Amino acid sequence: MTVLLPIPPLVPIPPIAVPGEVRRMVRLTYLTALTTLLGYVVFFVFGFLRDLFRELLNWSKSDDLRGYAPICPPFEDFYTRRIYHRIQDCFARPIASAPDAWIDVVERYSNDNNKTLHRTSTASRCLNLGSYNYLGFAAGDEYCTPRVIESLKKYAPTACSARADAGTTRLHVELEDLIARFVGKPAAITFGMGYVTNSSIIPVLVGEGGLIISDSFNHNSIVSGARASGATVHVFRHNSPSHLEEVLREQIVKGRQPGTHRPWRKILVIVEGIYSMEGEFCKLPEIVAICKKYKAYIYLDEAHSIGAVGKSGRGVCELLGVDPADIDIMMGTFTKSFGSCGGYIAASEEIIRYLKHACPAHLYATSMSPAAVQQVISAIKVVLGEDGSNRGAKKLAQIREGSNYFRSELKKMGFVVLGDNDSPVMAIMLYNLAKLPAFSRACLRQNVAVVTVGYPATPVLLARARICISASHTREDLIKGLKVISEVGGLVGAKCLPAEPEKAKKMD
Amino acid sequence: MASAVMNMITAALDWVTVIFDAPLARAVVFGVHIDGHLVVEVLLVAVILFQLTRKSYKPPKKPLTEKEIDDLCEEWVPEPLHPPITEEMKAEPPILESAAGPHTVIDGKEVVNFASANYLGLLGNEKIADSCISSLEKYGVGSCGPRGFYGTIDVHLDCETRIAKFMGTPDSILYSYGISTIFSVIPAFCKKGDIIVVDEGVHWGVQNGLYLSRSTVVYFKHNDMASLESTLEKLTRENKRAEKIRRYIVVEAIYQNSGQIAPLNEIVRLKEKYRFRVILDESHSFGVLGNSGRGLAEYYGVPIEKIDIITAGMGNALATDGGFCTGSVRVVDHQRLSSSGYVFSASLPPYLASAAISAVNYLEDNPSVLTQLRSNIDLLWKGLSDIPGLAIASHPLSPIVYLKLKKSTGSSKSDLELLNVITDRVLKEDSVFIVSTKRSVLDKCRLPVGIRLFVSAGHSETDIHKVCDSLRRVAALVLV
Repeated sequence: MTVLLPIPPLVPIPPIAVPGEVRRMVRLTYLTALTTLLGYVVFFVFGFLRDLFRELLNWSKSDDLRGYAPICPPFEDFYTRRIYHRIQDCFARPIASAPDAWIDVVERYSNDNNKTLHRTSTASRCLNLGSYNYLGFAAGDEYCTPRVIESLKKYAPTACSARADAGTTRLHVELEDLIARFVGKPAAITFGMGYVTNSSIIPVLVGEGGLIISDSFNHNSIVSGARASGATVHVFRHNSPSHLEEVLREQIVKGRQPGTHRPWRKILVIVEGIYSMEGEFCKLPEIVAICKKYKAYIYLDEAHSIGAVGKSGRGVCELLGVDPADIDIMMGTFTKSFGSCGGYIAASEEIIRYLKHACPAHLYATSMSPAAVQQVISAIKVVLGEDGSNRGAKKLAQIREGSNYFRSELKKMGFVVLGDNDSPVMAIMLYNLAKLPAFSRACLRQNVAVVTVGYPATPVLLARARICISASHTREDLIKGLKVISEVGGLVGAKCLPAEPEKAKKMD
Repeated sequence: MASAVMNMITAALDWVTVIFDAPLARAVVFGVHIDGHLVVEVLLVAVILFQLTRKSYKPPKKPLTEKEIDDLCEEWVPEPLHPPITEEMKAEPPILESAAGPHTVIDGKEVVNFASANYLGLLGNEKIADSCISSLEKYGVGSCGPRGFYGTIDVHLDCETRIAKFMGTPDSILYSYGISTIFSVIPAFCKKGDIIVVDEGVHWGVQNGLYLSRSTVVYFKHNDMASLESTLEKLTRENKRAEKIRRYIVVEAIYQNSGQIAPLNEIVRLKEKYRFRVILDESHSFGVLGNSGRGLAEYYGVPIEKIDIITAGMGNALATDGGFCTGSVRVVDHQRLSSSGYVFSASLPPYLASAAISAVNYLEDNPSVLTQLRSNIDLLWKGLSDIPGLAIASHPLSPIVYLKLKKSTGSSKSDLELLNVITDRVLKEDSVFIVSTKRSVLDKCRLPVGIRLFVSAGHSETDIHKVCDSLRRVAALVLV
């Protein structure tokens, strides 16, 4: 019998460095960085000591696994066990109603220090500042819901089959024509899930021998698709057209291999319309100009911006004055603005025809549920005004005014707020890990549900609270939200900048 | 001899010392007694100083000027994003005008539908439709957020508990899309350095998951247990460190590329012998195999705890969308933070989760639907046993009946063209809807192509006779 000495547990150190221009954008001071780091160090030290005790206590017990390596090595889920479990009640809060402007958050309790949470049957009605419900289609809508129920009765919840087999219905064809017309491209193809859209389209477009240049803050689905493609992936500094040009020039000259200078097969630049953790738009006109000059293809992911920005809701292209014909591939999802599920790609006829022939998600994955398809069709008709009313224009105006009002008020209170004008997503910087649960729980006690994010969704030192404004929030809702956030933010110490009390008093 | 050498060396050394000492012997400069070795040291320092003052030698390389970089960028021409469009790329699938049940409407005509994986005939079930409608009225369509940020609705949690109770496992986790389940689960548990032994006939979702996990992947011959055993033997014998790394066997219960069923009892025996873990994809066997539809483990009588990770897409027998993964508490808990398809994606629409709960309830209350499905498969087998030019290549219990060409033309592409001619004619002339294999350019599977028929418990005897007669007639005309 072998006797294993207790191996001191390894502690994973996450990357701490924050690039210069990001530091300036989030107003990170050295004092804040040091105190945040100190907080993490304390957590890590305590976690390490607890892990050590656990190893010592388990040393004498028999080895259950006997020949198997543990399915989860201790350092891989160190963060989960020692840090995330303490604040687990701030995430994955179940709701018992539609994700509308007001939701019923189910109360949970724990008997073992937050390690496991149990549902109760009581729920509290809270203001919802966290769901992606930009145009307010989340709950039942007077135009959409009757049509959705009719489609469900006619076509059943699913077709049990891939699009290429027996999954294509009249609704799918109608949706593809409609979304192509809405976005301004000749043709489109739709999928049942936004994540799968990115993961399975990028490998079809670019293979080995190609180059993908993606923004450093791109979403996980794009990173997964880029890795699955087998192409070389380079990253350019967030939203920096000059660095993109530098990378392009360097890579075209260098070629595929350092010695032989074999030219790249093709270059694809991937950017997002709105970056969901910061709430800012991408510098699309400059990036398009650079890509045209160097003959690189451009792929625009409009997950958060389609339907929510622009005069008629057509997304970032309309807002920033870029011609959709200049962008080779436009991708988007139906989850956020249209209150449904799924994703689409809009491009030229030939590209879409090739994708229909070659894309694995189109050939193998179950087609989108017909009820969800009908929801998108009805939602787009409302936005375009084709349902015979002007509710679409009203919704767009409401979300624009609501988000601008909310953001300016927050700035006046002295918070560090990220996000551009007209963007429905904004982030309040909290930096310190301990402020996340404090902010989240205090807001919940006052019946406001906010989303707080930390590592690994954001860099280690830049934890934040993210607000998503919806067209179904009334002015009173926003004022109540502001009041609660101001109070809680003051308690927690998130008001890092000098406030402007005179201007704030005038607005009241 | 040695002493002579020694004498010579001492004589030489004396001579050297005399030469060095001679001119400067007894010289005193600035109070420092000058010895011979000082001269050598001064010379060395002088040489070093001389070298430091020389210019450093760089290999001759002219940096490119801006204009030259511009010219290179001008010259470079990228390939187009898509290859030239061929005729076969222009083919469009038929458009359905009603629900994809055993009978559906295409182009205004009613056809018999053998192309939907509606194994239990739940499409069009009243109870399921009612539960969906009440869910739609209460929750709307989408869930508008990922599971971590107010996208967890109580029906999701109810669905997870229901499925775990049905399967007999402690817990389960819901995914929002069938195909993303397996390619999110595999990278969550397999990292660089781990070993995965996988069947060569797995579908694209599994292949993508394996590629993303960056582990060492070893393929074994399709459904061949001897090949699996020899692969496992080779891997554990050569690798001394094999005990410390995680090792997995990935198989599908019913392979959608061939209709074969994996022999689970053999696999569990091998797994326990060589200390591997099993990841089982039960997309097409959940709700089909076993006396009560609990899948491959029930069919073979293997206790469910012996299988480490079970994943399944719900888009087949359960007639809804999405997927789930089940296993021990540790397995399920780990995925809630490290599975990318779960964390970074919006959650399943609530009405589909309610449909899943109703479907599982229906299955538990009516196990007779499984016997109906089995008798339909038997009937179809009998009818298809004498088709000219086509042979059945799947397992007798598999609800995916796979027909292969008896004599292949030699290339996959021309085989597929021939099979497509058959399926088109069957649809146009006899109003029977069947489909051939679809292969993506990214798919690494090299199994032979064929025609697939998805049998449902909702098919009647006339439907089955109709498809057999139609295939017999058209195959005789096309494959003569």
